[in-house]
Amino acid sequence: MSKDYDAAIVGGGLLGSAIAWGLGRLGKKVVVLDEGDIAKRASRANFALIWVQSKGLGMPAYTGWTVRATESWIKLAAELKDQSGLDVALQQNGGFHLTLGEDEFARRGQLVTRMHNQVGAIDYRMEMLSASDVKKMLPMIGPEVSGGSFCPLDGHVNSLRTFRAFHTGLKLFGVDYFPERPVSAIVRTGGEFRLATAQGEIRAAKVVLAAGNANQTLAPMVGLSAPMGPTRGQIVVTERTMPFLPHPLTTIRQTDEGTVMIGDSKEEQLDDRTLNHSVSAVMADRAQRTFPHLARLNVIRTWAGIRVMPKDGFPIYDQSESEPGAFVACCHSGVTLASNHAFEIARMVAAGALDSELVGAFSARRFDANHAATSSGYY
Amino acid sequence: MFKRSDQDSRQSVHIFVDGAAIEAREGDTVSAALLVSGRDVRRATAVSGAPRLPYCMMGVCFDCLVTIDGIGNRQGCLVPVAEGMQIEIQKGKREIGR
Amino acid sequence: MNALPKRDGYDVVVVGAGPAGLAAAATAAEAGLSTLLLDENAGAGGQVWRAITSTPVTERGQLGADYWAGAKLVEAVRASGAEIIQRATVWSLDRNLEVGVSVGGASAFVGARRVILATGALERPFPIPGWTLPGVMTAGAAQTMLKSSGLVPDGRTVIAGQGPLLWLLAAQILRLGGRIDRILDTTERRNYLAALPHAFAFMTSPYFAKGLAMIREVRAKVPVVSGVTELAAAGDGQLASVSYAAGSRRETIPVELLLLHQGVVPNVNLAMAAGIEHRWDDLQLCWSPVLDGDGNTSIAGIAIAGDGAGIGGAAVAVIRGHIAARAAVETLTPAAAAKSASLATLKASLSQAERGRAFLDTLFRPARQFRIPSGDTIVCRCEEVTATDILDAVAIGATGPNQLKAYRRTGMGPCQGRLCGLTVTELMAQARDKTPQEIGYYRLRAPVKPITLAELASVPKTEADVQAVVRG
Repeated sequence: MSKDYDAAIVGGGLLGSAIAWGLGRLGKKVVVLDEGDIAKRASRANFALIWVQSKGLGMPAYTGWTVRATESWIKLAAELKDQSGLDVALQQNGGFHLTLGEDEFARRGQLVTRMHNQVGAIDYRMEMLSASDVKKMLPMIGPEVSGGSFCPLDGHVNSLRTFRAFHTGLKLFGVDYFPERPVSAIVRTGGEFRLATAQGEIRAAKVVLAAGNANQTLAPMVGLSAPMGPTRGQIVVTERTMPFLPHPLTTIRQTDEGTVMIGDSKEEQLDDRTLNHSVSAVMADRAQRTFPHLARLNVIRTWAGIRVMPKDGFPIYDQSESEPGAFVACCHSGVTLASNHAFEIARMVAAGALDSELVGAFSARRFDANHAATSSGYY
Repeated sequence: MFKRSDQDSRQSVHIFVDGAAIEAREGDTVSAALLVSGRDVRRATAVSGAPRLPYCMMGVCFDCLVTIDGIGNRQGCLVPVAEGMQIEIQKGKREIGR
Repeated sequence: MNALPKRDGYDVVVVGAGPAGLAAAATAAEAGLSTLLLDENAGAGGQVWRAITSTPVTERGQLGADYWAGAKLVEAVRASGAEIIQRATVWSLDRNLEVGVSVGGASAFVGARRVILATGALERPFPIPGWTLPGVMTAGAAQTMLKSSGLVPDGRTVIAGQGPLLWLLAAQILRLGGRIDRILDTTERRNYLAALPHAFAFMTSPYFAKGLAMIREVRAKVPVVSGVTELAAAGDGQLASVSYAAGSRRETIPVELLLLHQGVVPNVNLAMAAGIEHRWDDLQLCWSPVLDGDGNTSIAGIAIAGDGAGIGGAAVAVIRGHIAARAAVETLTPAAAAKSASLATLKASLSQAERGRAFLDTLFRPARQFRIPSGDTIVCRCEEVTATDILDAVAIGATGPNQLKAYRRTGMGPCQGRLCGLTVTELMAQARDKTPQEIGYYRLRAPVKPITLAELASVPKTEADVQAVVRG
């Protein structure tokens, strides 16, 4: 089963697919190795925001990287549509983080101030709005909403359709996608990487680790490190309803299909098979206080997923010094950053080296220096 | 499509379908009452707007979804009729606040 | 009767008031265990004894003796002291035996020392072209309306499919003066041969004489076409015709109502959402829970009885209900157990009642083309996903039902896979040359039936969980 590839991507989720798609787009011969039907898949558990506000506190480079991604999403959506015919329902008309009660409003205001004061952060135009200002844009908010922050760069997308568009594109680019083929070992010999799988060896000139939290165990095989700190999140979804929400919120969004997604929690326990109804209840309660008319909608699904989360919350993009040609990529925001992965990271991998000006700050070497700042990789 | 058996001696119950009065019987489910009413009670799906009628009548298929007394997406096959009940045939997605 | 449970906890909580649930609740309560029986319908009886306390069909011969046999058990439960709540929807169950139940728009959690699931069966999906058209229903749906409201078809009606329920329904419709224009029998001819080795057991079972008499009764009044190998419904927004092929015969019949049936399969949603292990049953072509002889599942404290444990029919369901409850009684109140029939006696009557099942399963094993559709035929009714859509997703890498959701939203609608799950598994298995067991099933989660956001919001919340959600 061995075959030579320019690059082997380990992981077929949103991040691995985006990089593989980007490499396929550049005419590279690519293979994607993925797990099967039951796997911890953030790609199908995510909340689908393309989100800027409050990202990058403690690491200005992350803000810049995120803003860059939101800008190139337009191009990504257009290319995916041209290629696959699929409209990924990109919407970037700004998003809210709404607060309930005065304490939350004050805390959010402090966070916005801290973001504004951060040296080197680009102006991403995050601002606090009063409840009456919010009401002008979101007329259905309830009386408990005390206001919130708004960022005009924020948006959302249909992430499942994006995933499908990438995979449709992979096929059209001639990328080999092999599901049910987890990688057990990677060695570099004779100038190429050999990836061991139960169904045989895969050989490739380069390897990109995009296996989410599993990168933690894969990275050391090629002289890299990817310290991860996954958390669990739960999401509640309602039946389809007529459009009522013109902007996404950090915790409530209406999909283009009409369902309302309500998120999300951050839990330490990492079993994604069970549900914590108490957590769902808190989310449901906040959602109905934010938009009282949601109270009557039926909940038709809830789920728990495991977040891909580097230890300090910020992305890791790194290249191996000891095993040139090996790269690692992991981040929490696989949806927001998909365009960067498809265009920038793929380009860098094709060229054989990461562009330190763009992504140098995201090397895992930052963990060695023990200067991990207060995390705001996650809103 | 359906008719009532002659031996049915249950009490009449009056309900309204999109404002029009129809006669049902005590113990009918909303879906049964609609199907025997002779009216066009097809709903339109929330996905494509395709017309549908109840399929399973036992609470598993959700093709009987209907607005009952102002509340949308109720399973008509599980709800017994009640005097004066207001039924609306749903066309497409559930409306806001209903 | 329609209020939330009176207590926070019970010795035994039984879900479903069909044959198995009624038997289980009666046995448990009679032994002095505090017993809660939760049922989704307006009245007890499940599907087979639906509306047994309220049916307008009073001429007893029309519904048959097997129907009225249920009345005794309903009486027994009512006299047993079990708390019975109708129109109660169980939407959550977990390995801590916490039962989430919704009644009248409010939810509560009750604890149990033992849970007996008697959630029964639902009709196997019958995904033929046009099966979503208004005017196409299941045979079970027609039977539900017949029993609970005395309704019978009065326009041009065709019944298509196979299995004991189809003939019973036809007989009942005719007895009540309803109209059936044609029966299209899809039983595969080769099944008769395959079932032959089991024929003796069947002929000595109670099904045999009853079944034969019923088929004779129906055939005397309705033309029956056997060996139907193709079937399609058509119409523009409303069923107008049914086309079929049988041997060299092809015909299109104008029709107003098409009733479909090809057997029943366990209703697995609640059990699977609780995390109970299931296996693919190659004979019954469905998922069945992995159980021990007493009906105990892979989760300690949860048993399954009735058709949810694997299809066995009403008589078997009653005995399985008694067995599951009896096992609970022996554990929870051994002294009381001595007073009633022993497990050994019950198990002997179970094997008696199970006689003939293998024959029925083999004879009425649905044909591949009626289980695994192709082309534009809708598989997922909720999200309106076709067989071709699913095959396209397999071609770009979907490996199983859960990945398929990401590609096509199958199973993500309100029915939560009940009407597409088996089809999806078998279709993907065929496309990928795998077994259904290898392909697997949707990972199901609570709420297994929709509840309102307000209801979910009313569930007790811990301070730690508030902190897990609220962020600056």
